[in-house]
Amino acid sequence: MNAHDEERMNELIRQSIAPMHASEPARDLWPDMLHRMDARPQVPPWFDWVLAGGVLGFVALVPASIPVLLYYL
Amino acid sequence: MQDVASCVLEDFRRDHAETSEAAFETLFRRYQRDVYGWLLRIVRNPSVAEDLTVETFWRIYRARARFDPARGFEGWARVIATHAALDWMRNQRTTVELPVELPAPPGADPGVAAEIRRKVTIAFGRLPPKLRIVAILAVVEEQPHKDIAAVLGISIAAVKVRVFRALKHLRKDLEGQGIKP
Repeated sequence: MNAHDEERMNELIRQSIAPMHASEPARDLWPDMLHRMDARPQVPPWFDWVLAGGVLGFVALVPASIPVLLYYL
Repeated sequence: MQDVASCVLEDFRRDHAETSEAAFETLFRRYQRDVYGWLLRIVRNPSVAEDLTVETFWRIYRARARFDPARGFEGWARVIATHAALDWMRNQRTTVELPVELPAPPGADPGVAAEIRRKVTIAFGRLPPKLRIVAILAVVEEQPHKDIAAVLGISIAAVKVRVFRALKHLRKDLEGQGIKP
């Protein structure tokens, strides 16, 4: 593609797609922003911690179970 | 205006919890129009631009500790907004078509039929995001190459290369659609 082709492509694009005019959002975006800021990072539910604790306790008591657990992971 | 942003962000950096939300609201309301307008130029969809404006300010809020007042807030916000728009483009699973119901640009050649305009917008939507964003800003919005380079964090030469590659892609796509540019 030479400079002439490039210029023709530029012209075709300008004739086809209008630049966007500056405008304002149609609604107040601050409530959305507040909602985003107030959202807390999700904490795993309590039973996940209990389950993890149980598995760790079991592994501590029965170390031979480690290969079996790894196999099923 | 930069002073407002600097003062507000300085509050954030120092974790002034009691003033931070009010201060950030001031900042948000002062600059949301600029950020929205910039995003609208890139994504060309008001609803998406609104969502990305919120996303941009959320990223600004999280990255407030890295703000350098010496470099100015507007430029920094534009960089973050541009990357938010680029991420949005990349996350679109299907090709994004620019709105086809856009009116013809003022002074448009009547010889360029609506069908050709439609095909050009479709071809634009098929461009890879990193080429599309540069082509929109450089060719459609006629932004200076140095400004585009600044918001994308690339050199001016890289902008020129991307514009050239985008035009080449578009030409090939249009030829595939039966249009000889």
